[in-house]
Amino acid sequence: MIGDVIFEMKGITKVFPGIKALDAVSFSARSGEVHALVGENGAGKSTLMKVLSGVYQAEEGDIYLRGQKVRFQHPLESLAQGVSVIYQEFSLLPDRTVAENIFLGREPARRWGLLDTQRMQSETQEVLSLFGDRHRFGPETLVGELDVAQQQMVEIAKALSLNAQVIVMDEPTAALNDTECDLLFQLVDDLRGQGRSIVYITHRMREIRRLADRVTVIKDGKVAAAFDDVPETGQIVEAMVGRDIGQFYPEPATPDEVGEAVLTVRGGGNDRIFDIDLDLRAGQITGFAGVQGAGRTALALALFGVEPFDTGAVTVEGNPVSLTTPRRAARAGIAMLPGDRKAEGLMLMQTVRDNGMISARAFSTALGAPDNTPMTTLDQMDQFFDAFDLRAASYDVEIQSLSGGNQQKAIVARWLSLAPKVLIFVEPTRGIDVNTKAGIYAQMRKLAQEGAAVMAISSDLPEVLGISDRVLVMSDGKIVAEFGYGASEAEVMHAATEAHLELETS
Amino acid sequence: MMPRLKQMNPVFLVLILLFAAIAILSPYFLQPAGYMNFLKRAAPIAILAVGQLYVINSGGFDLSAGALVTLTVIGSSILLDGDASATWWVIIVMLGAGVIVGVANALVVSWLKVPSIIATLGMMITLSGIALTWSGGAPRGYLPENFRFFGRYLIKDLPLIKILPVAVIVMVVVCAAMWWLMHRTNYGKRLVAMGDNPKAAMLAGVPLTETRIVAFVMSSVSAVIAGILLGGFAGVSTDVGVGLELQAITAAVIGGAQLLGGRGTVGATIAGALVLQAMFTLLNILGFPKPVRDVVQGLILISAVVIAGYRRRRSGG
Repeated sequence: MIGDVIFEMKGITKVFPGIKALDAVSFSARSGEVHALVGENGAGKSTLMKVLSGVYQAEEGDIYLRGQKVRFQHPLESLAQGVSVIYQEFSLLPDRTVAENIFLGREPARRWGLLDTQRMQSETQEVLSLFGDRHRFGPETLVGELDVAQQQMVEIAKALSLNAQVIVMDEPTAALNDTECDLLFQLVDDLRGQGRSIVYITHRMREIRRLADRVTVIKDGKVAAAFDDVPETGQIVEAMVGRDIGQFYPEPATPDEVGEAVLTVRGGGNDRIFDIDLDLRAGQITGFAGVQGAGRTALALALFGVEPFDTGAVTVEGNPVSLTTPRRAARAGIAMLPGDRKAEGLMLMQTVRDNGMISARAFSTALGAPDNTPMTTLDQMDQFFDAFDLRAASYDVEIQSLSGGNQQKAIVARWLSLAPKVLIFVEPTRGIDVNTKAGIYAQMRKLAQEGAAVMAISSDLPEVLGISDRVLVMSDGKIVAEFGYGASEAEVMHAATEAHLELETS
Repeated sequence: MMPRLKQMNPVFLVLILLFAAIAILSPYFLQPAGYMNFLKRAAPIAILAVGQLYVINSGGFDLSAGALVTLTVIGSSILLDGDASATWWVIIVMLGAGVIVGVANALVVSWLKVPSIIATLGMMITLSGIALTWSGGAPRGYLPENFRFFGRYLIKDLPLIKILPVAVIVMVVVCAAMWWLMHRTNYGKRLVAMGDNPKAAMLAGVPLTETRIVAFVMSSVSAVIAGILLGGFAGVSTDVGVGLELQAITAAVIGGAQLLGGRGTVGATIAGALVLQAMFTLLNILGFPKPVRDVVQGLILISAVVIAGYRRRRSGG
């Protein structure tokens, strides 16, 4: 029942300061079809959809809606023309009812400006009836009482009540469990049957195979491949990755560099991760790959005591440890470089030196001299900075004046003052320019060579493959595959996205 | 040298200008009796302000300090009722009460996740209620001379400075100790780091709850000490502490402390307290009535925050 072309984007180019986010991208959708938009994190999928909806304006290229050239300056304009985008982060008010959310900003009024609640109720009921009896909530239910899948239905209902012909869903299953996913797939089928066109953003192969009529792959802001049907998974993955890892990364560990298991986890688990068995060896960098929400960050947070394990046993150098707070984890010899440097790593108003010294000060006696702790003196901290080639006007300037890479070096130095046995790097190069990246990788390798067990988590797959001596793949909170050095992106991607299927069929 | 001068906190310049103005209008303040009396009057607010700075640097407010000053004065006078032999244990009891109030404030913030401005507002109302209930609404009892010694006594016939109020000695000793803890210990560095970014500090290993408890205890204990001084030179009244917590916050802000934490020094806070006291003195000399002081205090508070924000933006901070 695929019909006419509803919208068409031609040669869209979008430039952000210092980066070409989209480069002459063309994309279209017909009525009654699901068009899957696929690509790695940062490939440009969401940017493209923000251009379509008018959040961003493209520098070059045209958008046609039902044959008419349009140029949306604001999302409200595209909404009025029947284009709805459902983002990963919902835009719902938890303390309002379903009906109030659906009519937010365009509430029907009676005379004297009184709210026409009856009309809101009945029209909401009408829209919800499109879901059959699957929604299990009414117009009067408070949104805060709904689970994630139901909230997503409210978002979809909102789109339907605006009579959206184009519905964009940005990784809609990211927060859903399997049953909820199935329900969503049925809804998408229904919407397609009603002749609407769905743009479905994902990087999960099983969803593409289950839902898509067409697939477009975006990589580095360009269309890497456009398929008029759903091809073999291998073809999609190849289009998504397929670039080689240069001399950017340090040499892997030689077998005699790898030592004993420093940290072991047996049967570790909590709300987000399950049945974790893990050995981190001295001298080795262990990388973690997986899609968003696969549990990599949750594992790091558990090991560092931020969101501790509920079950299982952990040892460090053979001694059982209880990792219930970051302070305990640090005492046990574990260090974590947080993923969000600004929010979780830096004391922005303090000097570079104070940012470097804070952990040594945190683990010394409260009344001790802050520049001369048992772990590190200020002079030794300066030597760490010098060794890392940390560039600052002076080590006494506020750390917020430094570049991201130099800030990261100060945080690494902070942990080195405690001589940790296990170092967990979460997104070690996020927001850091290419040249500084190589320096950070060299540092990580050096730490491993000096006997630390290093764990690296990154959403940048080539990075994980480039720096790691072995790669563990996580999916749905479990470790599902292991690869040695030199694994291809395609292999790892397969494991990360196919795990669902294998688990289901086995 | 020039960049150093530019970096210098403007509060010190303002303080010098105010002193100059006061000295020109009333040369009495150039004599030891004049400036020592000025310092004596400034002592309680300086001590309160430095205590308050601990909580401000941790990222919070302590609104209960003023009510604790009142409770200290009222409670001491009722417990003592002129009995000089009881002075020492009453002082110890009052300092103990200060510790309890500080720990309670910190735990409500840390464990129950109540914003400090609300937690200490609740404590302020509670303490005022206790003071009122205990005293029955009017000053009762009587403070013996050895209790009033700290706030009132003047050491005389000294060379050079001629007289030295005991309150000034108390101020110097207490402020020096609090300066040392803030700027020369690991604790002080943890405190400021926590105020700057609690999550980052926690992930760097800083024990947040312990750090916060000490900060609130410093504020409460400084309020008790300020209460003992005020009881000494102002005597017993039921409104002795009213509004002092706001003066303390104002003094810290004049000294450049960042509200919500992460930046503030003891030296500049003491200077801020002296600026506030000098401003009151100046208005007094010029013959303005008391309510005008409040207007000026309010305007200074807002100006200090505006100026601090402007300086920070310009320095790219």
